[in-house]
Parts: sequence; structure tokens; C-alpha cells
Amino acid sequence: MRLFWAAAAAALAFHVHAANELKIGYLSTLSGPAGAIGVEIRDGFNLALKMAGGKLGGLPTEVIFADDTLNPETGKQLAERLLKRDRVNLMTGVVFSNVMIAAWPTIQQSKVVYIAPNSTPTSITGAGCNQYFVSAAWPNEGHHEAAGHYAKSKGYKNVYLIAPNYPAGKDSTTGFKRGYGGTIAAEVYTKLNQLDYSAELAQLRAAKPAALYAFLPGGMGINFIKQFVAAGLSSEIPLLVPGFADDQDILRAVGEPMLGIFDTSHWAYDLDNDANRKFVAAFEKEYNRIPSLFAEQGYTTALLIDTAVRSAKGKIEDVPAFHKALMAAPARFKSPRGDWKFAHNGTPVQDYYVRVVAKDNQGRIVNKKIGTVVSGLSDFWAKDCTALK
Amino acid sequence: MTGILLLEQSLNSLQFGLMLFLLAAGLTLVFGIMDMINLAHGSLYMIGAYLMASLAQATGSFWVALPLALVATAIVGALLEISLLRRLYERDHLTQVLATFAVILIANEVVRLIWGNQSLMLNAPAGLTGPVTLPGGMQYASYRLAIIVVGAAVALCLYLLVTKTKMGMLVRAGASNREMAVAMGVNIRRLFTVVFALGAALCALAGAMLGPILAVQVGMGENILILAFVVIVIGGIGSIRGAFVGALLVGLVDTMGRALLPIAFAKMFPPQVASNLGPSLSSILIYVLMAAVLFFRPQGLFPARG
Repeated sequence: MRLFWAAAAAALAFHVHAANELKIGYLSTLSGPAGAIGVEIRDGFNLALKMAGGKLGGLPTEVIFADDTLNPETGKQLAERLLKRDRVNLMTGVVFSNVMIAAWPTIQQSKVVYIAPNSTPTSITGAGCNQYFVSAAWPNEGHHEAAGHYAKSKGYKNVYLIAPNYPAGKDSTTGFKRGYGGTIAAEVYTKLNQLDYSAELAQLRAAKPAALYAFLPGGMGINFIKQFVAAGLSSEIPLLVPGFADDQDILRAVGEPMLGIFDTSHWAYDLDNDANRKFVAAFEKEYNRIPSLFAEQGYTTALLIDTAVRSAKGKIEDVPAFHKALMAAPARFKSPRGDWKFAHNGTPVQDYYVRVVAKDNQGRIVNKKIGTVVSGLSDFWAKDCTALK
Repeated sequence: MTGILLLEQSLNSLQFGLMLFLLAAGLTLVFGIMDMINLAHGSLYMIGAYLMASLAQATGSFWVALPLALVATAIVGALLEISLLRRLYERDHLTQVLATFAVILIANEVVRLIWGNQSLMLNAPAGLTGPVTLPGGMQYASYRLAIIVVGAAVALCLYLLVTKTKMGMLVRAGASNREMAVAMGVNIRRLFTVVFALGAALCALAGAMLGPILAVQVGMGENILILAFVVIVIGGIGSIRGAFVGALLVGLVDTMGRALLPIAFAKMFPPQVASNLGPSLSSILIYVLMAAVLFFRPQGLFPARG
């Protein structure tokens, strides 16, 4: 009997001390009209996990998926379930900022590190920054600011801005204006989820701007671009969008009308480096479609976790040490997007490319890289992050 | 420059108004003749658009799918009338509202079960995806022009149907005095079913034509249904002519409000404020119009009942 208790105590002690298994809580939006982005990120993440033989950082890895259905309330409850019942060691996956804002207090109170596979509101990365957060995606205004830089480099004498009337829409115009610095022909905010843009397009035609920057996510972008082309404006006014607004997920839905649209992105499917060629080939083989930038974000997130867990030797519970390992990780692995590093607030400092929607040599519609817009662009709002140094 | 802007916005408002008319025509007939408030009218519009999107994909042709979708939706409408709505004619309006609201919820879930949550893509027919150059050198989306032509043609056909045919005579008789029409021996049950199926087909036409511009998704009928009710209240319940004028008025006010108010405000306020004020005020304008019409002509512009 005594032997039994000794064995039980030993087993218990063993269970507490050795973090010989990685348990990742993956909270994402995987269903509903907005689920396409979540599925892209997840597929990229799963691909990297599979290529690493199911082990991130050398540890057997279990990923527990939870679908928030783009409902912040559900997201918060699922985060609690993952953290308290499933006792995960790491969190990742959130796609939408409203879910992130709802789930974030629970995550940091549980003292679990969160690795963002998509952009995150500045309230978390700016003044509210701390060591429980790093991002493998891009700073909130990164693509917009890069687009502004591109418009400036093209010497457009004025630019017309269209965005939906909600916080991320206003962030987009703020970021663009910071990068561009030139004359704004007009700033138009449309109703969120507006479907018919006939009135806006007529105004645009009358204003005759040198270029148009449109940030209209998801279905709004699909409708806007179709109507923009149908109205014959695409031959008159160059259209520039952020990279996440016209990537493979949208190209598949709209097709031909999108040819000739310019965008800015931290990644391109034809980026010339070995890590990217390996990623694109493996993704196409696994899922039989071209990856989008979202898939690259999921893939890089998994690689980042892999590298940091390995260099921290599996000691994830020691948060300051693990945070340090994460911050140093980008230099230790090759991401498909090329070289990048972290700003002190845990957001990526990276290059942005300009791409154009064109056909590749197999006749598929893709985003082709045509140049680098800006190198080593960092998060403007990192200046507000005083908690980390 | 301003001339072209005004012309383009007028075409836009005409396009929107004619599509509203297709919806309002069915609604006003059902409301006027059967004295029945049918909230599920928007669901028929949604079902029509979904059938159209599926049929266009199956047949590979927009123009082959269109008549099929119209007939299919008309059958759905007739079945709905025979199975449920027929039992509601004698009830009060509150019961009708409750029952047809239930139909909206059921229709949304059934559509979700069959087609899923993702909105469907319906592309404009080949040849109508680009712009056309109008006399005067202005470019305009050819598909929107096609909508105007189809809408105007249907309006003309409806006008002829209602004023020149025997069925139209019965419809007008039913709208102006139902009891008397029944007393004169009109087979009102069959007439109701036919009118309801016709209304459903008009809904499907609006859904099919608007599909490539908007999105084919669950709940698409609810927003436009409210506007359709505003149209028939402005035009006078039961009157096709009223629905036509009301739809064009609402289309005009909505489009011009959205287009011109922000320009006016942009001169007075910073862009953030102007872009908040413009859309809110322009959506209020429609209801201001309705209130004004009701104040001066409580029966609407063209009342069907004498």
C-alpha cells in the first residue's frame, strides 16, 4: 500500500514539473460568412505543425480548436474553457479584433502567453502592452501605412479614400495618410455592410482623383470591386487596397474583374526565398489551392512557437524567460515573408511589398509581387508601449 | 462635371426605384385586394435570389436560369398561399403579422439549411459586366442599364395587365371593393392564388436582377421589405400606379440623399462628422417623405379605394 502512494505521489510530481507536452488553445472564427479567413489561418498553422511531425519545439503538441463564430461573448467563454478546463499552455488563433478585446482580459489574467496570427487592436499593442502578447502578423495600420508610402512613391497628386464607418475603417485612413502625406481628394465613410455603392461611385467619377485607396473588408470589398469595374472606373482610376482585402480568398470569389488592382502586403506568394517556395509548394499540395497571406500568418505563427519553445527548452510557464525567447525567435527561423524582427511591443518590424492582381503562367489569378514599398516598417503606436522596454 | 454626376445619380435612382417597384407591386396587390399584411414578401425575394443563383450555376446561363427561377418562386408562392396564408385572410392584422413573421424565421433557417451560411455569388451575364458609353460620352454600368430596361418593361406589362385585361379588371374590382366583387360572382380564391404567385414571381425577378449587384444572403429580404412598405404607403395601398410613383420617389430620395447630402455637409464640417451625418440624414429623408405624404394625403398619392 505504501508503495502505491509513493508511486502515485511520484506520478503527480512528474505531471506537475515536466512540461513534456505542448497544449495550445486555438480560438478562432471558423464558421459563418466571416469564417473564410479563420480557415486560411488555421490551414497554414496546421501545415507547419504537420511538417514539424506534430511536434512544436520538439514537444508532442495538442491543439484544441474552438470556434467563436465572430461572437465576442462566445469568444470570452471559450477562452475561459480553454484556459481553465483544458489548462492550455499557450493561446493563439483569434481573427477579429472585437473577439480579441473580449477574450484578452481572461488570457492575461491566466498568465498564459498569446501569439497573434492576425492583426490586433492598438489598445493591446500600444499603451496596454505587456509580456503576454506577441504578434506574428502585422501591426494594425501596417498595410495601410505601406499603401500610403506606395501612393507617395508613385507621385499621385491626390488620393480618394473610401472606408466603412467603424473603428478599423478610420484606422485605415489614419495609417494611409501617415504614409502618404499628400493631398486627400476626399474621405468617404460608407455604412458598415453597405452593398450598393452606386452613389459613391458616381461621386468618385465626378471627383476624378489620381488614385483611389479603398479599405472595404470581406463581402463589402467584393461588391465594391465588382461595381467599380462594371462602372468602367477601373480604366480611369488606379485602385489600391490593403493586401488582406484582395487576397486569394477574395480572388477565388470575384475572379477576372480584379485584374490590375494594386495592393500592399507583408508577403507575396512569389516572394523569392527558399522558405517561401517550400511553404507555397507544401500548401498547394496539401490543400490544392494557392495560399493567401492569412495562411502565411498561421504558418509563421506555428514556426514562431516552434522556435521559441525549443530555445526556452519547453519552460513555457516561466513567462519572462519565454517572452524573451519569443522576442529573439524571428532571427532563428526562416519565415516565408523573409527576415523580420519584433518591435519592443511584440509587433513585427518587417518589409512591405506592392503586388498586382495578374495571371500566372498557368492562367490562375494571383497577386504578383512587383516591388518593395518600404523596408523595416514598425508599429507607429509602439511609442505608447511603456510597460515593456 | 456636375451635370454628369446628376445624370448618373438619376440613372442610379431610377434603377433602384424600378427594383423597389417590382417588390412593392406584389405587396400592394396582396395588401390591397386580400387586405392581408404579408411580412414574408421579403422571404420570397430571398428565395427567388437563391433559386436564381443555384439555377444560374447549374445551367451556366443567366438568361436560361431567370425564367426558371421566376416560375419556381411563383410555385413556392402559390404553395405558401394555399397551405397557410389562405387561412389568415379572415383573421385580424395582428395574427397575419405574427404568422408571416414566423414564415420569415422559418424561411431564413430553411435557406441556411439548404445553402449554408456563406453568401452565394451570382455574376452578371457575360456581356453585361463592363460599362457602356451613353450618348454624351458618359460611362455607365451596362448591367444597371439592363435592370432599368427590364424594370421599365415589367412596369409597362403590369400596367397593361391591370388596365386592359379581364384579370386586371377583377384585380381592380377586388382592390376597390372586395365584398362587392365576391357578390358579383368573382372566384376570389383562385384570383388570390394567381395574384400571390404573380407577386412572388415579381419578387424573384427583383432578387435575380439585384443578385449580381448586392449579395445573395440570408436575411437580404428584411431590409428591403421595410422600404417596400414605405413605397406602398406613399403610393396608396392596392394601387399599382401608386406603387410605381412611390418606388421612383423613394429611389430618388434615397440615392440623391446619399449622393448629395455628404457633398453639402463636406463643405460645412470635417470629413468624419460629414460622413456620420450624411448617411444618417439621408436614411431619415425617406421617412420624412412618407410622413409628409401621409399628412397631406392620408390615403397615399393614388388611393385604390374610392
